[in-house]
Amino acid sequence: MTTYLKMDAPQPRHLDETAQGVLGAPQDRPEGPLKVSGRAVYAAEHELDNMADGFLVRATISKGRVVRIDEASVKAMPGVLAVISDERFLRNPAQGGAGAAPVQGAAEVAYFGQPIAVVVAETFEQARHAARSLKVEYAVEEADVDPETASKVDTPDRRQLDQGDIAAAMGDAPHAVDVTYTTPVQSSAPMEPHASIAEWDGDRLILRGSYQMLKFNRAELADSLGISAQNVRILSPYVGGGFGSKLGIAPEAVAASIAAQELGRPVRVVMARQQVFEGTMRRSETRQRIRLAADTEGRLTALGQEDRVSNLVGESFSEPTAQATHFLYGGENRRFKQEVARVNRTCAGSVRAPGEAVGMLALECAMDELAEAAGLDPIELRKRNIPDLHPESGIQYSARSLAACLDEGARRFGWSERSPEPGQRREGEWLIGLGMATAARANVLSEAQARVTLHPDGTALVETDMTDIGTGTYAVLRQLVAEMLGLPSEKVEARLGDTDLPPGPGSGGSWGASSSGSAAFLACRGIRQMLATKLGCTADELRLQDGTATGGNLRAPLADLLTDGPMVEEGHLVPGTTAKEFSQASYGAHFAEVAVNATTGETRVRRMLGVFAAGRILNEKTARSQCQGGMVWGIGAALTEEIAHDPRDGHIVNRDLAEYHVPVNLDVPQIEVAFLDERDDAACPIQSKGIGELGISGAGAAVVNAIYNACGVRVREYPATLDKVLAGLPAL
Amino acid sequence: MEITLDINGDRQVLDLDPRTSLLDALRHHLGLTGSKKGCDHGQCGACTILVNGRRINSCLTLAAMHEDDEITTIEGIGRPGHLAPLQEGFVRHDGFQCGYCTPGQIMSATAMIEEAREGWPSYVSPSLEGDIELSDEEIAERMSGNLCRCAAYTGIVQAIREAAETREAAE
Repeated sequence: MTTYLKMDAPQPRHLDETAQGVLGAPQDRPEGPLKVSGRAVYAAEHELDNMADGFLVRATISKGRVVRIDEASVKAMPGVLAVISDERFLRNPAQGGAGAAPVQGAAEVAYFGQPIAVVVAETFEQARHAARSLKVEYAVEEADVDPETASKVDTPDRRQLDQGDIAAAMGDAPHAVDVTYTTPVQSSAPMEPHASIAEWDGDRLILRGSYQMLKFNRAELADSLGISAQNVRILSPYVGGGFGSKLGIAPEAVAASIAAQELGRPVRVVMARQQVFEGTMRRSETRQRIRLAADTEGRLTALGQEDRVSNLVGESFSEPTAQATHFLYGGENRRFKQEVARVNRTCAGSVRAPGEAVGMLALECAMDELAEAAGLDPIELRKRNIPDLHPESGIQYSARSLAACLDEGARRFGWSERSPEPGQRREGEWLIGLGMATAARANVLSEAQARVTLHPDGTALVETDMTDIGTGTYAVLRQLVAEMLGLPSEKVEARLGDTDLPPGPGSGGSWGASSSGSAAFLACRGIRQMLATKLGCTADELRLQDGTATGGNLRAPLADLLTDGPMVEEGHLVPGTTAKEFSQASYGAHFAEVAVNATTGETRVRRMLGVFAAGRILNEKTARSQCQGGMVWGIGAALTEEIAHDPRDGHIVNRDLAEYHVPVNLDVPQIEVAFLDERDDAACPIQSKGIGELGISGAGAAVVNAIYNACGVRVREYPATLDKVLAGLPAL
Repeated sequence: MEITLDINGDRQVLDLDPRTSLLDALRHHLGLTGSKKGCDHGQCGACTILVNGRRINSCLTLAAMHEDDEITTIEGIGRPGHLAPLQEGFVRHDGFQCGYCTPGQIMSATAMIEEAREGWPSYVSPSLEGDIELSDEEIAERMSGNLCRCAAYTGIVQAIREAAETREAAE
């Protein structure tokens, strides 16, 4: 049977009534021992009988046509089995949640680095050598590679909004800032490169891949190949990081599938790191004009965010730069604009916290600037501008602990020690400063199904195609089911990452734990009802703890209630009207202490604190890690991460981990994270909200605001590298 | 070409393409996939193993160069149910999320603790001579060749600090 819920009303807090007491506890990840011992098997690590290796070939032009692929140039090389170029190849990965093939075709080149062929050989070494030796002739066309000068610019309707008169409000206001910030192209750079092993059994395809959203990926792969989704099974039990780059089916999966079918044997295609940079998703660069005006009390009267981003022709995705700005702060007069420049650059798509990750870098620094202009503490300015109702739609907010996070963070971090005047604290050649920023990430619920089986031996199994990409799904689903069924966590197993299992929404948009967790919760409610009936009490009376059921003066071990065999129930959650009736988001406050070198302009982050509220915390340990990880991405965005496109042909110059600088261990201090107790009844039946992207949202702005406080240099062009800071420092 | 490798105490005879990296020999020919390939260019550290007790990036060296060397991979350090203290520490402190860089982190830390005990100074050491105290900063600097994009650095440092202290106390 199925227990179904559509979120049309706020839900009661059943999980505050259960007895086991494991939900939320900082338990270790159940798959941890496998990961730390190298026994967790990732996509590329299956050795199948008679498997061949494929290596992708990339276009070395920015726009044009492939005229000829000279197969003869490599066919005679040792071990080479095939050179395959097919019109079903993907130009770029599918966007997250597409559920259909992206633009296809290997003959038309739209960006430098586009996969145009795959060379398959008996071994990896042979395939790689042949792929790099393959001769390709092109008909080159003129490309648009610069977003600032692109000839084609779109203005998507959904990103334009005019409310009131922002120009008049700016002119009338006693305090206003009108500033432009830029953020560079960034890359997800997950540690595991994209990888697929395709294996056909007749007309059935099994793909072992590294993917985040299997329900959609299955449909995308089937559509790309022109086959039925029923004939596709994808397995992704372990995914070595995604951060958005593995949301949609990617070129290597389709190339492997086509090659495996053509050769009649399994084919593995793993992207080289350089191909991951070029051939998966980038986060678009942004240019953002922020306008803020405030009255004498520091209350916003005007708020504007107008941005330019870019993407390939034919991609409907555009970075939702202003996503959080719409709901975060008040101000009657509002203006939002977006321009999307069509360029021949690597496809732009979702990278951890699309929207907030870059939009809040600009907004939260501009708020810092306004605070100074208005003579207000930056925390006080934010607290004065938390709106009662959504400033555009007028709807109410669900649980929102922003003010409490700001206050708690200020207390813990020692914010009162900060001098509002920049450059007041010096230790040797280091200038010390404190900065803060709001954290906010829109909360989304997505359709999810899960199956729970309770066995007579007191163990339980929860199954869904949901993935764990490091997010803690194995841990939180296990704890949730243990809590609901009154079992120690060790008695519950979570089986994930297989499209044969009930479909979930996948890992993306921070919705995974709440959505799939709610589905598992519903399945457990169905089982609790069955147990109550068996015991002879009502579901409300039923209490489950350590394998024993009690209720209505009755008591029985679970085994006595399961004499007919296991109980199996599916849970099915569907978003409903609460998504439209409430503005839902997770909130928090970031604090950073930096040291800026007065001689070199180098910035070191010395302390960082995040205080967050995201509804019910399902596992405090994995939630903490998610937030810490996001905050480190904030450090990267603030200080080091920047993809450089060659201005002549748009190719990515720094397409490896030596030149694209993700934060390393020494760039990161011991990061402190605290959670405030919160329940969000409008979010989902388990009262939780998204947390995977909350930590990054606003984090980089806290660092850059701290740089300003340290030395008085306001960097508006991310990242705040040494040269930009040094340019503003006084001469020695 | 035929080559004999000594891996986790076992002698393995392999017939390899001379271009095969030590990492690919482990992953593709011996089923030892605990050593990870993140970049294949010595930039990320996910492939870190021990050769004669020293940590190296196994993607940057050819298998053919390691005849008779003593090679230790993550599979030789511990297994579920019998984890090494450092591995247990990584689990307890959540010094990983996706787990892909983790074997490399643990192999790197295993060797790093020994380097510090032998008095090797680092960029952040206050002095080039004398005993090394593995402060958080020393650990972070010495582990900066191992990238973690999930950015579990806080837990990684805690796990290593604890393992180093436990080792120290045991002597």
